[in-house]
Amino acid sequence: MSDLLEVNDLKMHFPVRGGITMKQVGSVKAVDGVSFTVKPGETLGLVGESGCGKSTLGKCLLRLYEPTAGQIDLEGRDITRMSQAKLRPLRKDIQMMFQDPAESLNSRFSVRQIVREPLDIQKIGTRKERDAMVEDLLEKVGLPRSAADKFPFEFSGGQRQRIGVARAIALNPKMLVLDEPVSALDVSVQSQVLNLLVDLQKELNMAYIFIAHDLAVVKHISDRVAVMYLGKIVELADSDVIYHSPRHGYTKALLSAIPHADPSYEKNRIRLEGEVPSPIDPPKGSAFGHRINHPRYDETVGMDMKLVEIASGHWVAADPCSLTEEDWQKAKALVSA
Amino acid sequence: MSDNILEIKNLVTEFKTENGWLRAVDGVSFDVPKGKTVGIVGESGCGKSVTAMSIIDLLPKPMGHVKRGQVVFKGRDLRQLDHKEYYKIRGGRISVIFQEPMTALNPVHKIGRQISEVLLLHTKMSKKEAWQESIRVLDSVGIPAPDQRINEYPHQLSGGMRQRVVIAMALACKPDLVIADEPTTALDVTVQAEILDLINKLQKEMGMSVIMITHDLGVIAETCDEVVVMYAGRVVERGDVHTIFKKPVHAYTKALLNSIPSLDAPRKSELSTIPGTVEGIADFVEGCRFCQRMSVPVEQLTERPNFIEIEKGHWVENCPTCNSQRPAMA
Repeated sequence: MSDLLEVNDLKMHFPVRGGITMKQVGSVKAVDGVSFTVKPGETLGLVGESGCGKSTLGKCLLRLYEPTAGQIDLEGRDITRMSQAKLRPLRKDIQMMFQDPAESLNSRFSVRQIVREPLDIQKIGTRKERDAMVEDLLEKVGLPRSAADKFPFEFSGGQRQRIGVARAIALNPKMLVLDEPVSALDVSVQSQVLNLLVDLQKELNMAYIFIAHDLAVVKHISDRVAVMYLGKIVELADSDVIYHSPRHGYTKALLSAIPHADPSYEKNRIRLEGEVPSPIDPPKGSAFGHRINHPRYDETVGMDMKLVEIASGHWVAADPCSLTEEDWQKAKALVSA
Repeated sequence: MSDNILEIKNLVTEFKTENGWLRAVDGVSFDVPKGKTVGIVGESGCGKSVTAMSIIDLLPKPMGHVKRGQVVFKGRDLRQLDHKEYYKIRGGRISVIFQEPMTALNPVHKIGRQISEVLLLHTKMSKKEAWQESIRVLDSVGIPAPDQRINEYPHQLSGGMRQRVVIAMALACKPDLVIADEPTTALDVTVQAEILDLINKLQKEMGMSVIMITHDLGVIAETCDEVVVMYAGRVVERGDVHTIFKKPVHAYTKALLNSIPSLDAPRKSELSTIPGTVEGIADFVEGCRFCQRMSVPVEQLTERPNFIEIEKGHWVENCPTCNSQRPAMA
């Protein structure tokens, strides 16, 4: 199957300005050389700690930020530097859903106006047809048709998130970028929204990029998972593989930190000392090795720790600080090959 | 004297609204044993934070007040104390770790000043001693180079470090009871793990009791000895952490436990959900409120279910529809 989305060495650097002349004094490397692909109907989970660049990456895919370098291909067309006018018809295919249902819906718009807006912009059908479509969409996301004439404040958090889903799928997109879609919801409501997203994906064959910090949720919904650390993907594999046999040290630490809802569960926690390094002045070598003070950190200075396919479909950054000796030897051989 | 540091008996807290006084907490009772951690869990709006704020009398006034009930701390009912005595206990003997460290800290004061303020209020230390003690407390919560950090402002610290400072403030006077209101919700999972470990470690060292308020059942399972499950302003079930997780009786507790996505479940499988949402506080019935959510007709929900002890230390709201397992000791 050909890829729906192909991202190549994407970079998003934000300038940092200082002094009286507001001269650029540095840059925040929020996304720093990320490559991956997404197939139609597939879910790619994106996890990492706050500040790792996962949301920025999501916004770059929709050109809500203009990427500094790299390339984004949507169905083989390069959209990275396409003009906004040319991009507009393509926006149908890729939509976004945001975290906070209270802030991402305009409180002065009725639900009808909110859900109809993308249809209006893309000039689909007549006004009357669009109104009917809105009600169909609401039904599809499990809201009554009468919800159309209410306002966002009349709904609970979970219902508001359903309105967000209705708006995102209004144009029948091929891909949805979901930025923390359930983090603001209670656990019982969260599972309702997750079930809805899974059902809609099957029905409409949409691909999802699912950004979240809750690893259990990501595992549940994703086919493949990419783990980001300091603007880079450090590991990417099938979700079962990544959860049961992670290879990168950071992935291991992240997984071991999940609190288990079982009081008799024996913890075997890998402690991560220190903080995520600043993306303004990232360490010269392995960012993870730097955090854990790895003895081999000095070796990695200036090293290009690109992703290698260590097992079929299992990609990991070739970094001696983060891999077992065996994996590192394998990775080193793959890099030089 | 009993082994409980805190006993809450039939607490009722009300808020004034356009529709009169509404009950956010409706007859809540539970105990906090000495040196143990009691978790309060429930969905947003179930009254868990209001319960905590009622204990330390931090309700927004005059909109909120404790209508009745007892809050017995070390054998004394806090509600009978006058202002001055309450002041000594709150912040000194009972302290709070708030959720959002950025709002709990004052952005225009140095960290050292904020920690020593607590010490100056509650102990007889001089300014200099308080400052030295603050450095020691910062060190004990794992802040590197505390003698330098103490001169910094909150914005100079990361989220995890700020939360450590909030914990340091709460623990400065070596309290007997700490109320942690969603202490790790705003933090990343790796930082959360560190903070929970830290609270556990300090608790063991200092022998204090903790009330852990959270919506995250994982956090409850990892940190608590006992669990109080709240729904719509009432306690529906309460017991030892192993009992609650392994042998839950109330339908709400079961539903809550079932709705967590498990790491072992097959991907994209149907998650179990709880239909509907919590009713608005103005629409609460007197009878079983979880039945109300399950669309049992309101006319049938006129009588409040009894709260009974079905085995030692395991209490449950005795609603026949919600408890498939008929209580043995009724």
